[in-house]
Amino acid sequence: MSKNVLDFEKPIAELESKLEEMRKFADNLYIDAEIKNIEDKVVNLKESIYKNLTRWQRVQLARHPERPYTLDYIYLMTENFLELHGDRYFKDDKSIVGGFATIDEYKVMIIGHQKGRDTKSNVYRNFGMPNPEGYRKALRLMKLAEKFNKPIITMIDTPGAFPGIEAEERGQAEAIARNLFEMSKLKVPVLVIIIGEGASGGALGIGVGDRILMLENCWYSVISPESCSSILWRSWEYKEQAAEALKLTSADLLEQKLIDRIVPEPLGGAHKDHQTMALTLRNVIKEELSELIKIKPEKLFENRLEKFGKMGKWID
Amino acid sequence: MSWFKRAKQNISTDTSKAIDLPDGLWEKCPGCSEILHKKQLDLSMWTCPKCNYHFRIGSSQYVEVLLDKETFKETEKKMRSADPLEFADTKKYSDRVKETIKKTGLNDAILTGTGKIDGKDVAFGCMDFKFIGGSMGSVVGEKIARLADRAYKHKLPLIIIAASGGARMMEGAYSLMQMAKTSGRLAKLAEANIPYISILTDPTTGGITASFAMLGDVNIAEPQALIGFAGPRIIKQTIGRDLPEGFQKSEFILEHGFIDMVVSRKDLKSQISHLLNYFS
Repeated sequence: MSKNVLDFEKPIAELESKLEEMRKFADNLYIDAEIKNIEDKVVNLKESIYKNLTRWQRVQLARHPERPYTLDYIYLMTENFLELHGDRYFKDDKSIVGGFATIDEYKVMIIGHQKGRDTKSNVYRNFGMPNPEGYRKALRLMKLAEKFNKPIITMIDTPGAFPGIEAEERGQAEAIARNLFEMSKLKVPVLVIIIGEGASGGALGIGVGDRILMLENCWYSVISPESCSSILWRSWEYKEQAAEALKLTSADLLEQKLIDRIVPEPLGGAHKDHQTMALTLRNVIKEELSELIKIKPEKLFENRLEKFGKMGKWID
Repeated sequence: MSWFKRAKQNISTDTSKAIDLPDGLWEKCPGCSEILHKKQLDLSMWTCPKCNYHFRIGSSQYVEVLLDKETFKETEKKMRSADPLEFADTKKYSDRVKETIKKTGLNDAILTGTGKIDGKDVAFGCMDFKFIGGSMGSVVGEKIARLADRAYKHKLPLIIIAASGGARMMEGAYSLMQMAKTSGRLAKLAEANIPYISILTDPTTGGITASFAMLGDVNIAEPQALIGFAGPRIIKQTIGRDLPEGFQKSEFILEHGFIDMVVSRKDLKSQISHLLNYFS
């Protein structure tokens, strides 16, 4: 059994390990029927558990330590990836990666947040929390893509922009604001995909585009459930309620008309099957790009203003 | 306990004859502890005459500070929050909004409209910190977007005064998207070479700083205002050490190159008027 099993995944994991044991002895014993029986049970159990997840459970899936990250998708979905580094002002932020890549006939610029898998790589990637230079690097790469007329794909997966002294000194707020401003105007298509956590300005900082997609088990909101709990309930204990109140899942955001499409994940979540997830996403990206490249470059800015202009609800 | 009792009569103070001080006529300056009369503060635009501490003031007061007398025309005056998530924490968001409207007399956290500065027409927006911490939800975002559109249509310089803790949690991702919405509209304004002056007051943090407040052609801050992305408490918690003196204050932000100038409230109008002359 894997070390990283979430509470609600336990019944499934237990059945699966039992199944594995039985298979070992299957050659000697006549238990095929029994095995088939348990296999069916696992599928049923998975379906019933994953169809009825609470919002907090989805947040946990979005943070699953075995979930595919930006570089995993890049290696599984694209060919000839050429990573580019640095913001040209200060340094190379490791929590945002980017570069040219090819997906069949499409040459694209792909940029995304990058988390680490273990303590060491997480320290290296700063847990996927960019400093200002991360956003500036992303913008530099987007401008490069614009110059050579390549569509841009951004992948969002961050617990937030880093809250540190140096980040403030180097203008974390300005870096994000500048990206929102500049991304609105880009003259090449921008396809945004939330692949894990979409925490607030740190996520939106690479999230302005023409189509916004969200993998099934992701969250995207103005604040994390924990921080929301600590501010509004004055305690860290109400994260489940906060997740419910924030309505932050892919289904919620589609209903709120803040995203355009949900990309289905393999049963049990993207972490259960990286290959299948990447293949699904690759096909979706190709489909989306084939439409996006038809839009006249001079219309993109106007369309984006209209798209984001509609977001929100008020009483006039 | 008898030693505390006054045995003799007539030495206690008769409170019935105390001079009746009307409530709230005096304010203590949080900067230097000077006791100041409200009339005196009104005359000094709510800055301390002794230490130049800037009290937080509301949008209607900023109208008086910046705009020529009786030139302000409010727009989108009635726009109100629709509570899109039917959000509730310890209190329902819809109730919180209703109560705040009643208490403050404001409909949301920003006032928008047009007016004149030394005779020059401007589009003007000003946030109100006292309305749910000046937070930006759909209403603030939409009002800024429409204000920017008005500035674009009539070629008016745009001036926005920020005072906010950030995006409004109770509207979830809707609030977040207002950052993109407002920044996009400012990009459109910039393409048309229409000036935008951003004024940052105490406090300007979170999603406000990370969108329209940092995007001025010229960014101006009032003295000693807290300006930043993450709040100081969060940063302290994250890094586990004390923050340096003056961290995230206007003067610190000026030193690090993210604002053009720190201007006292009483000089704001003349400085902006001066700038507008260069932009015209």
